[in-house]
Amino acid sequence: MGRIGALALQGDFELHIKMLRRAGVEAAEIRTPAQLDSVSGLVIPGGESTTVSRLMRRYGLDKAIRDRYLSGSLAVYGTCMGMILVCSDTEGDHDLAQLGFIDATVERNAYGPQVESFESDIVIDSVNGAGPMLFRAVFIRAPKVTRLGDGVKILASHAGAPALISQGLCLAGNFHPELTDDWRLHKYFLDEFAARIGD
Amino acid sequence: MEEKGTMRVKIGLAEMLKGGVIMDVTTPEQALIAAEAGAAAVMALERVPADIRRDGGVARMADPNVIDGIIKALKEKKYEVPVMAKARIGHFVEAQILEAMGVDFVDESEVLTPADEHFHIDKHKFKVPFVCGARNLGEALRRIGEGAAMIRTKGEAGSGDVVEAVRHMRAVTGDIRRLTQLPDEELMTEAKNLGAPYDLVKYVKENGKLPVPNFAAGGIATPADAALMMMLGAEAVFVGSGIFKSEDPATRAKAIVDAVTHYRDPKVLAEVSRGLKGAMRGLDVSKMDEKDLLQTRGW
Repeated sequence: MGRIGALALQGDFELHIKMLRRAGVEAAEIRTPAQLDSVSGLVIPGGESTTVSRLMRRYGLDKAIRDRYLSGSLAVYGTCMGMILVCSDTEGDHDLAQLGFIDATVERNAYGPQVESFESDIVIDSVNGAGPMLFRAVFIRAPKVTRLGDGVKILASHAGAPALISQGLCLAGNFHPELTDDWRLHKYFLDEFAARIGD
Repeated sequence: MEEKGTMRVKIGLAEMLKGGVIMDVTTPEQALIAAEAGAAAVMALERVPADIRRDGGVARMADPNVIDGIIKALKEKKYEVPVMAKARIGHFVEAQILEAMGVDFVDESEVLTPADEHFHIDKHKFKVPFVCGARNLGEALRRIGEGAAMIRTKGEAGSGDVVEAVRHMRAVTGDIRRLTQLPDEELMTEAKNLGAPYDLVKYVKENGKLPVPNFAAGGIATPADAALMMMLGAEAVFVGSGIFKSEDPATRAKAIVDAVTHYRDPKVLAEVSRGLKGAMRGLDVSKMDEKDLLQTRGW
């Protein structure tokens, strides 16, 4: 498998890089379209969606990521803000650089202010074909999926709302595995998504 | 089991702010300019530090109406940036008020007049996360011991002079580097000398970093200042008076956001530094009276 990148415009990309390395892959920070050429997978981390949208557009990364994804040469995993950006729509009228890889609508910051942020156990379906997996999920000012298109798979839910979803070469979750020591989900992204990209 | 307000959840929000710029704002209009420019969070205040310094008197927590006005204006325009606010050092009731109002992060700040000269807030008692200022590693670890989820350098707020932020960041990172070289048997003495909890001293030795994110604040006025702090090991920057005391805040705010992302790329820094109108005038900290320094508040 080739290198995996983490979008490093703003947010907790360093923690994702650390997790990817622990999961056994070479990982790099991505700030420009040229750097994107060297990776076959991309993690879009947690962060501030307005900030990252502006920086993506300014440096042409939204187009570069979309072109690579649509040509089938890039797998993408979005967490929290990353989930917002890989989905097709948000509730309300936002001017975000959404990539539309997953046909879903999300509501930003759906749980209220930071005092409502929480951690909870969730069950993830058939990761690595090994059966259901118990996972400690950390939700920080998390978005919530409010609509799912037909082709979208739900891999885990919390309190009735989808927490981990996928479509095509894209995986997205509204919680933060990188805030724990558990790198099984990064491994899952590598094995089930990034591994489908030819070297 | 579902748990709120755990250390992991508090530090989690600090992690999300990394690589970003947290901007002081005093009005809904400024908050929208900051959000549009790409602020990772805003700090809602009645007066920026430069004005607090100029006006003198007792500086307290902002009127809840000021903070509410900023929260509402951002929500109405569909910006979801976290909102921070300042409480006085040791003033746990101001912190309780801010938590009850739904502020996302509380800054127990030396910019306001301290309410307690001996005791900082017991931050473990709160669900809302706290950021605290520090001038060196011992001070940083004392605040973390009390429950801070983020540390920032104190610098010298409202001065527009980056020299103190540089001094404090170098002090913290230098002490961290030194600790990683110490043999285990020296750690207890080191904890005593630093005035810091032993377990946290041990953590720093083993991990080569603080157990919470380490940001820079206090005197940052230009894109180059912000990039300098990132090069010195800051994981994000606070810009207080530096944006809205300058001549063209919107353009400067965007330039500083770009500089923090591309801090290792001098070509980008040259481009974003070009043609900015006047920076805040500022005060040379080396010419200031000891009694006018904000950084000596807290311990």
